[in-house]
Amino acid sequence: MRSRGGRLGDRLLHVYTWLVILWLSSPIAVMIMFGFNDTPSKSNTSWHGFTLKWYQQLFEISDLTTALRNSIYIALISTVITVVIGTMLGLALGRHRFRGQGATNFLVFAAISTPELVMGASLLSLFVSANLPRDAITITIAHVLFSLSFVTVTVRARVVTLDPSMEEAARDLGATTWGTFRQVTLPAILPGVLAGAMLAFALSIDDYVVTSFVNGSTLTFPLWIVGSVKTGIPPQVNVMGTLIFGLGVLIAIGNAVAARRRT
Amino acid sequence: MTELNAIALEGVVKEYLSHGEVVQAVKGITLDIAEGEFFSLLGPSGCGKTTTMRMIAGFEEPSKGVVRLHGQDVTNVPPNKRDVNMVFQSYALFPHMSVWDNVAFGLKQRKTPQAEIKQRVGEMLEIVDLAGREKRRPREMSGGQQQRVALARALVNRPRALLLDEPLGALDLKLRQAMQIELKRIQREVGITFVYVTHDQSEALTMSDRIAVMNDGLVEQLAGPREIYERPATAFVAGFIGTSNLLAGTASGGTLELGGGKVLVPDRDGPVTVTVRPEKITISTDKPGGDVSAVPGTVAEVVYLGTYNSYAVSLADGAEVTVFQQNAHDSTTTAERGDSVWLSWQARHSYAIGS
Repeated sequence: MRSRGGRLGDRLLHVYTWLVILWLSSPIAVMIMFGFNDTPSKSNTSWHGFTLKWYQQLFEISDLTTALRNSIYIALISTVITVVIGTMLGLALGRHRFRGQGATNFLVFAAISTPELVMGASLLSLFVSANLPRDAITITIAHVLFSLSFVTVTVRARVVTLDPSMEEAARDLGATTWGTFRQVTLPAILPGVLAGAMLAFALSIDDYVVTSFVNGSTLTFPLWIVGSVKTGIPPQVNVMGTLIFGLGVLIAIGNAVAARRRT
Repeated sequence: MTELNAIALEGVVKEYLSHGEVVQAVKGITLDIAEGEFFSLLGPSGCGKTTTMRMIAGFEEPSKGVVRLHGQDVTNVPPNKRDVNMVFQSYALFPHMSVWDNVAFGLKQRKTPQAEIKQRVGEMLEIVDLAGREKRRPREMSGGQQQRVALARALVNRPRALLLDEPLGALDLKLRQAMQIELKRIQREVGITFVYVTHDQSEALTMSDRIAVMNDGLVEQLAGPREIYERPATAFVAGFIGTSNLLAGTASGGTLELGGGKVLVPDRDGPVTVTVRPEKITISTDKPGGDVSAVPGTVAEVVYLGTYNSYAVSLADGAEVTVFQQNAHDSTTTAERGDSVWLSWQARHSYAIGS
């Protein structure tokens, strides 16, 4: 038998939990809702009734479409590069002892803790002094740089939980070095690699601060939105945001299902 | 040599660089392991037994010396090209693979035909009593089952020798004892050379045909279990295997005078250390007659241990001797604490050992 006080506490905890969830999800709810707003003007801030026309006219604003396409390309390419380098770094840091390991660990941490403003500004000076024209390539380089540490840390966390004898066992059973990596090491760290990849993609697709320093005349999705704040953000942005969010939810659900199947 | 040894180590040395200093983990081991033998490397942690095994497997390269498998020099051959397989202390099963895929791994690396893989994996799972659990993941199994998966995964490749690194260390006592008998049965069934690394002397005594007792990077004694126990070659072996009493003194004319008694040490003169096992000693109140070793002492402690009584007897020179007396007939003790007693044993039950 639980006491009355305990039950009251439970109920309060319940209420509190739902308040937090409501608070966290309200911006998302507003974003989704205003994608269906039948607004007559350029500003999309007050409710004018339900419509699906913004979904039909999703790609009407060609600048916005180009910006979104840039963002997706940059996110995909920088994610692939980041995952390859970050996985190798994570494996090295988690598995081996080597000269310069402490320094590498420090750099990984430093890259995470550096303010984005500082990183953006210093990358700009680097690119300018290296005489690199600022475009999608410099944006991709910058995105690889700031997401690399996150992938490294995620993979390293997975690597240190692995039994180090596992790779020796594979070698002992006749696998080559590459065969061992492909059949044993990579599948075992795959959850960490995938989590890192999702992080890298998410960091890249909505980055504003660093990108705004190194973009030159190339526009990405977040840059376009910030640029249109003064003239009013069109409902198409809400729709695109909703679709990106929906994709994220699908990936999260897929991941949860896969994790359940693995155990 | 009429028959090639399964494994031969010739003057094998392993050196490490630790904090700028050269440390010898293995200081020069030469031994032969015969085909089909159950061979144990026994010793305390840090004695070099695991390093020795890893050199046989190919995970460590000897600093000096030669490793031979069936007469062939494999000193610089990588582990994936050696015809031996290892069972790891942690089992090292592949967590993302089913039991079946774990066991089939080695055969797949060798590009064995699918039908043969199917047949051999099935057979092996039968031998280790895991048929019907092919689809399980390692983490869904108990420690004993994981152990048997690891064993099957290695044995299915029909290696020339199987290396086992403290494979029972993680199991509880009852399961460990059952697995000892099980391992011995499987070894007889498959007829493969087993090299077994352990720090557990009873495990080594139970299963081995021969044991190499290692200490500080060297083999102290290499012999069958009976001889290791009954005739320890050094004080270390005497102390490490079972309980042993060490009596030191100066012998003259084949006798060692000790606190009013005598210990028979045939053909020995000068300073000598004699070892005698606790269960070989008879405890009595009267001085025994006949041609036996006999020393007087005072009972310092009597402990009842169910199947036997353990006595601690202090000798005149302060040395303490442990005596085990079987509870064969009734549970009354021959002597109580404080009693003056005589300890006696046959001359053949005590040995003068090297330093």
